[in-house]
Amino acid sequence: MDSKFDSSNARKHEKIGFAALTALSTLTVLPIIAILIYIVIQGLPTVTWEFLSQFPSDGMRAGGIYPAIVGTFYLTIGTALFSIPPGIAAAIYLSEYAPDNRLTRIIRIAMINLAGIPSVVYGLFGLGVFVIFLQFGTSILAASLTLSIMTLPVIISTSEEAIRAVPQSFRLISISVGATKWETIRKIVLPQSLPGIITGIILGLQRAAGETAPILFTGAAFFLPQMPQSPLDATMALPYHLYVISTQVPGMPIQIQYGTVLVLLGFVLSMEILATVIRSRARARRKW
Amino acid sequence: MASKPRNSINYGEFTITLLIRTAGYISVLFVLLISLFLIREAVPAFIKIPADSLFNTRWYPIEGMYGILPLLTGSLTITIGASLIAIPLGLLTAVYISEIAPPWTKEILKPLVEILAGIPSVVLGFLGILVLSPFLRETFNLPTGLTALTGSILLGWAAIPTIVSVSEDALNTVPASYREASLALGCTRWQTIWGVAVPSARSGIITAIMLGVGRVIGETMTVMMVTGNAPTMPDGLRTIILPIRTMTATIASEMGEVANGSDHYQVLFLIGLILFIFSLVINVIAFQISSRRIKRSERLLS
Amino acid sequence: MVIQTEPTEIILIKDLSLRYSDGNESLRNINLSIKSKAINVLFGPANGGKSTLLRSLNRLNDLTDVNQLTGEIWFNGQNILSSEVDVIELRRKIGIVFSRPVVLPMTIFENISYGLILAGMRNRVQLKERVKEALEQAVLWDEVYDRLDTPAADLSGGQKQRLCLARSLALKPEIIMLDEPTSALDPVSTTNIEDLLQRIKKDITIILAPHNTQQAARMADYAAFFLQGELVEWGEGPQIFGMPRNKKTQEYIEGRYG
Repeated sequence: MDSKFDSSNARKHEKIGFAALTALSTLTVLPIIAILIYIVIQGLPTVTWEFLSQFPSDGMRAGGIYPAIVGTFYLTIGTALFSIPPGIAAAIYLSEYAPDNRLTRIIRIAMINLAGIPSVVYGLFGLGVFVIFLQFGTSILAASLTLSIMTLPVIISTSEEAIRAVPQSFRLISISVGATKWETIRKIVLPQSLPGIITGIILGLQRAAGETAPILFTGAAFFLPQMPQSPLDATMALPYHLYVISTQVPGMPIQIQYGTVLVLLGFVLSMEILATVIRSRARARRKW
Repeated sequence: MASKPRNSINYGEFTITLLIRTAGYISVLFVLLISLFLIREAVPAFIKIPADSLFNTRWYPIEGMYGILPLLTGSLTITIGASLIAIPLGLLTAVYISEIAPPWTKEILKPLVEILAGIPSVVLGFLGILVLSPFLRETFNLPTGLTALTGSILLGWAAIPTIVSVSEDALNTVPASYREASLALGCTRWQTIWGVAVPSARSGIITAIMLGVGRVIGETMTVMMVTGNAPTMPDGLRTIILPIRTMTATIASEMGEVANGSDHYQVLFLIGLILFIFSLVINVIAFQISSRRIKRSERLLS
Repeated sequence: MVIQTEPTEIILIKDLSLRYSDGNESLRNINLSIKSKAINVLFGPANGGKSTLLRSLNRLNDLTDVNQLTGEIWFNGQNILSSEVDVIELRRKIGIVFSRPVVLPMTIFENISYGLILAGMRNRVQLKERVKEALEQAVLWDEVYDRLDTPAADLSGGQKQRLCLARSLALKPEIIMLDEPTSALDPVSTTNIEDLLQRIKKDITIILAPHNTQQAARMADYAAFFLQGELVEWGEGPQIFGMPRNKKTQEYIEGRYG
């Protein structure tokens, strides 16, 4: 008799299996909570208003991390500037205009590839093209451009998904009362897909804010006597700052390291939370 | 009834449509640009440095030795090590979340996995240095905690969210009717998961694994911080507790100090090109697998 | 004294043939005239070409994959299939109501003013007047006058369909086409719409593709029977449904097939 059909045995297997998977998944996921709590505990005492608003001193071993915070801020804005317009436009193209042919398939493959390129390769590209070839030098501009190429695939794919989710019937009705294609996109499709698009943008920017490798040789600096005055200046940035103080500065007080980690993590995670909140609120209010 | 003059509608619409169409090709443009640029900077290395020197086992740029083999094996070691952790854990967690977990558990687990996905690699590296590395060193009595093992654990764990989310999507698209049919035949949910759901989500799961592996290969900061950065060749199974160096870490740590156009510079670009090609191959295969599957199921259900 | 005048032809369809690239629902050599200010019914079994014909009349077929399109459609002295025609203006003159009552994700007022604003009407007072007029024509005003700024999605099915009608009416079209407009509605809403159509037909030509033969027989001033892409028979309503000339028409009406 095939024991697979022996129900009591099978049920026992199931119980064991379920229990094992439950344990496994919990164990996999538990460290995340542990890490967060640990970082908060270790870092919170350091994160005071002075820490956030002052310049570092004593070779970064004391004082605050203000310039790094502002630097990350600049880079995020720069990335947004360069990646949002082409990203949304490309998403509109793919969902509203692209025919179902080979060329479009190539575009999609290219997008997936762009998303999978190692971040350090982006750094190489940014170095060669923006820093050297276009002579922007190590600058916020070069780093932002590099980061924005990296962010494009995320924005394009989430925006496309959001646009496609808008029911086709809306478009049909709009056209049948005399709207052109672009008018339909502008007045109905885009407004309805906006929450999804914004979610995608925030998630993309979140990733860009936390990346180190692409900015290593394109715009990040460790020791800057003053704030960057123009986009052509280099800047400090949180991820890079963290990297250097945890690996290359002897005698670095552990509290400052944890404080920096907490600030970086806080920045990145709050963007993620913001994106999630926008997404679920939009879903709840959706009338279709 | 008054209508807008046709000309202005046409002009504006035409321009916008043109801009949109151009933007659509932007991904292709950048992939081409990046590959062309990498090739341009890397090819001189191929020409200038004899192949046997390039495929040597000594990476010692200061003395003009550009053997990239230890870097290749370093990346390979980490990839295998991390995959051994990421694939089983990721898959099983995905199965748990999509098939077994009660809704309230799902509500907790999914955001947590997403949080893990959002943690910057430099933060993971930091934790590796301060927490994981000393722990491993003491537990296993090692000379140093900055080893391939540390890197594998950290990277493997960090790649789990990628595998989980894509696998979970794949499992969710398995038609309910498949599961219902299996249960109707008297199979338990457990048997249904492994007999029906997972096999039919096979191609999505393979895609997930490939994307996870791609992520591991491309990881830079974490490996740079915790794997010891010693470009040595593997030494049997002992390798896992030795420091190693990956291709990514090499580029990241040495690029800042090379002279533009020098041999070292070009070899680093060559390594970058190799990485680019690896990720290209992985992604194209993953794309083919996932799109072929869609066509097959369209045929099945029609 | 009522002077009976010969109803004029507002649309003349000549040798129209159309094929989609996937081979579905095509039209073969259609020759038909649509009578002005009357209810013109297109009926027949599914996939007969009725929807395709409707969508050809306001060039909505431009959005789909049409493989082959020959013939002419004459309206207001122009062949509307030619490329010189202003399709935007055409769609305002020939409105359409679909079988599923879909409203735009906006308020009731905005749903109706949407087409007007696109047409260039900016004056707020004018807009309000037009919206009121359209809603009154569609017999919806009394039910919604106090909540014009609430989402249209909150309306019932029958109300939504009347809203869709009002949306088209606001543009003061010459023709309104309705593709199975009551298939998703309950009998009361259906009667509402049918009565409504009978009222407005003296000002606006109606082309109706009903989803069942009974509605066709009720409503038709003129009726055309479509079978698998061909026009089998055409004539005045009572004649077609009382004494059809073609055997296939008769069998369909009797319910022998469908």
